Amino acid sequence: MNQPEGYADDIVKGFLISSMVWGFASVLLGVLISLQIAFPDLNFPPYFSYGRLRPIHTNAGIFGWGIGSFMAFFFYITQRLTKTRVWSHGLARFQLWLFNIVIALAAVTLLLGMNRSKEYAELEWPVALLVVVLWVIFSVNIMMTIAKRREEQMYISLWYIVATLVGVAVLYLVNNAMIPVSLTKSYSAYAGANDANVQWWYGHNAVAMVLTTPPLAIFYYFLPKSTGVPIYSHRMGMIAFWSLIFMYLWTGAHHLLWTPVPDWVQTLAMAFSVMLIAPSWAAVFNGYFSMNGQWHQMRENYLAKFLIFGITFYGLQTLQGPSQAVRTFSAFIHYTDWVPGHVHMGTLGWVSLVLFAAIYYTVPKVYGREIYSVPLANLHFWLAVTGQLIFSITMWIAGVQQATMLNASNPDGSLHYSFMETLIELYPYWYGRALGGIIYLVSLLIFLYNIGKTIAGAPKAVAQNA
Amino acid sequence: MLEKNALLLLLLATVTILVGTVVTMVVPFKWINDPKLAIASVKPYTPLQLEGRDIYIREGCNNCHTQTVRPLLSDTERYGEYSKTGEFAYDQPFLWGSRRTGPDLARIGGKYPDAWHVKHMKDPQSMVPRSNMPKYAFLDRPLDTSLTEKKMQALKFPYTPQDLAEAKGKTELAALVAYMQKLGNDIPWRQANKAAVVGELKNPFQDNLSVLPEGKALYKEHCAQCHGDKLQGEVGPKLSDMDKPDAQVFTTIFSGSPNAGMPAFGDTLGKERTWKLVTFLKHQQRH
Ligand code: HEM
Ligand code: HEM
Repeated sequence: MNQPEGYADDIVKGFLISSMVWGFASVLLGVLISLQIAFPDLNFPPYFSYGRLRPIHTNAGIFGWGIGSFMAFFFYITQRLTKTRVWSHGLARFQLWLFNIVIALAAVTLLLGMNRSKEYAELEWPVALLVVVLWVIFSVNIMMTIAKRREEQMYISLWYIVATLVGVAVLYLVNNAMIPVSLTKSYSAYAGANDANVQWWYGHNAVAMVLTTPPLAIFYYFLPKSTGVPIYSHRMGMIAFWSLIFMYLWTGAHHLLWTPVPDWVQTLAMAFSVMLIAPSWAAVFNGYFSMNGQWHQMRENYLAKFLIFGITFYGLQTLQGPSQAVRTFSAFIHYTDWVPGHVHMGTLGWVSLVLFAAIYYTVPKVYGREIYSVPLANLHFWLAVTGQLIFSITMWIAGVQQATMLNASNPDGSLHYSFMETLIELYPYWYGRALGGIIYLVSLLIFLYNIGKTIAGAPKAVAQNA
Repeated sequence: MLEKNALLLLLLATVTILVGTVVTMVVPFKWINDPKLAIASVKPYTPLQLEGRDIYIREGCNNCHTQTVRPLLSDTERYGEYSKTGEFAYDQPFLWGSRRTGPDLARIGGKYPDAWHVKHMKDPQSMVPRSNMPKYAFLDRPLDTSLTEKKMQALKFPYTPQDLAEAKGKTELAALVAYMQKLGNDIPWRQANKAAVVGELKNPFQDNLSVLPEGKALYKEHCAQCHGDKLQGEVGPKLSDMDKPDAQVFTTIFSGSPNAGMPAFGDTLGKERTWKLVTFLKHQQRH
């Protein structure tokens, strides 16, 4: 990596700025919809009502913030691990434009109520088609860069990148199969229980191929970079890689336990979900063991703190997830607030903390600056973790409480509470979650301020990068 | 070797991903929606119902309401018989949802009269105090039917010119209500499951004034939306000077009166609370 001037880092910059904008939008909308649940008068239909805003929140979060950053880091990491400049700079620049156009189109069309209703695949077909174009040019560019690489060995991060490119393509194409009616309306090509099974095969593997493999690629690259210690075991990483991408695809039906989807599909999903603990925790251990003898860095190095907390939340997430995939526990917490608690430990804890670390590391590098303020980065860290924990913990308690009330019965066998009686008790928790969300939003503002100041700051004195 | 051959890595990763995909996603197509699982009484949507369904999708109702009843007591006692594959044969897309911020709607059809739904959609809190559902008063606007026929064709649903005409001149709200009234109403479960009243129908709380406060609270929560705060009648008839035997009042509340649009409350309330309600109602009449 002795000639960084050869790398096309303007692309990295463009994607990073875009993803931070969309990430901010997503969290802002998250706070708004969390308030709408607690105070229904904050719905302003037709456009600004919960039913239309929630999909915009999830799309801005997963695709704007998640995929946007992943594109930035895939370009950053791939160029460095292959010691090769991106295959086509022009294509990458086009991709940056298209990416922002697609996300903006997604937000506008969803606001207008053009929505296929399938979670994380809501976009109507013309927008979905643009997503496909976006993904194809991205994949070709990355694969060609790898093909022309000047470093023979492919580090584990590249493996995860390759799997992500293939995985997302397969998932997206299959689940978006549709019958068009007009430019703004289409119907799913599958019906009923089939549609459900396809959707959650897609949905859970969006978790695998978007919220797991890309952050893992990033984690495996930036942990050694940030701490200066090599990853504990490349071999363990590779074994975990194959078992992870093998097992994930069997587990979609754990979202459909107790529904009319065939029992054997549910049972397979349950079994493979529990087995997934092994490859998931292999990554966690790889992170922890790399830190052996280096734990003092948790005090001194804010990047290590973000990364290790991130992988820890990943570890918790991959224990909680499999437990939710067990029929008896699912019967209890499925459909309750417990699940948003799970989701946001993953998105706000695991994915976002790893992305923050990677951005803090990368921005000074690609702009040739020093980070503006480490104390502010530490403040960001603590507020983000606090906000996220308040969010998840209130939702877990709310979920268990509602589940308990929904199941309570009278001596004569009738149910003790009506649905509304259980809902009314949730308000205090919803206030709590909104508070957690606001704290997270504040932490994000501090982060953005710090990054903005860094970019606006003076170039690094020692111009070793010039 | 794999560390060095990108193409091989790409191919192997693809194959690895496809194994689970084929077994758990492709193969089940053979099992699900098998003609043997069809339910004869479940018919495709009419043009009006389909338009209503599209409004349900457009407004994202599925973000808060599920449409599958699981074979678990807390579900079946609350919503009715559990869901079967055949019920969803015409659902493109499926609308099972993943979060029950509001109650499940798979069995909502026929539970309330249309007038209840219209009032509820315009101002949910007026029917269900402290509900957190948004107000959908704006749906009281003309339904756009320019695509209706194309939609029916795209889904290969049968229709007649009358069916299409039926959808014209309606409001979006009317279409949405028509859709909701179909849900779970085309399988013969409601009749079959009608809470049978067994044993002697004798009010255990007759003249027991101590249950009146609870009876009143139950009335406020479950009945007032339709029968009025002061029993003066609104969506449902006036109850203030009702003069019917206890046993008959009990049966109407417990098992409902589907033709008149009165829901059955036996599953929600159980016998004891139903009798308390009866006692409260009869007590009002004596004044
Ligand atoms: C502080 C920030 C955030 C707040 C306050 C927030 C709030 C919410 C709320 C209220 C919901 C709806 C829960 C329900 O259905 O009951 C939700 C859903 C969701 N959010 Fe967020 N969110 C935040 C950040 C994010 C971010 C950054 C992402 C993605 C990277 C994200 C991804 C999701 C997903 C995937 C769901 C759907 C969950 C499900 O289907 O169960 N959220 N969020
Ligand atoms: C071994 C790993 C995991 C397993 C087995 C697992 C399992 C599950 C299960 C069973 C549900 C459905 C809960 C319900 O609706 O009752 C769920 C929901 C979800 N999980 Fe996980 N989880 C895992 C890891 C993760 C990770 C790492 C993330 C990263 C963010 C994540 C994000 C989500 C999201 C976004 C949903 C909500 C989907 C929706 O309902 O819209 N999960 N998970």
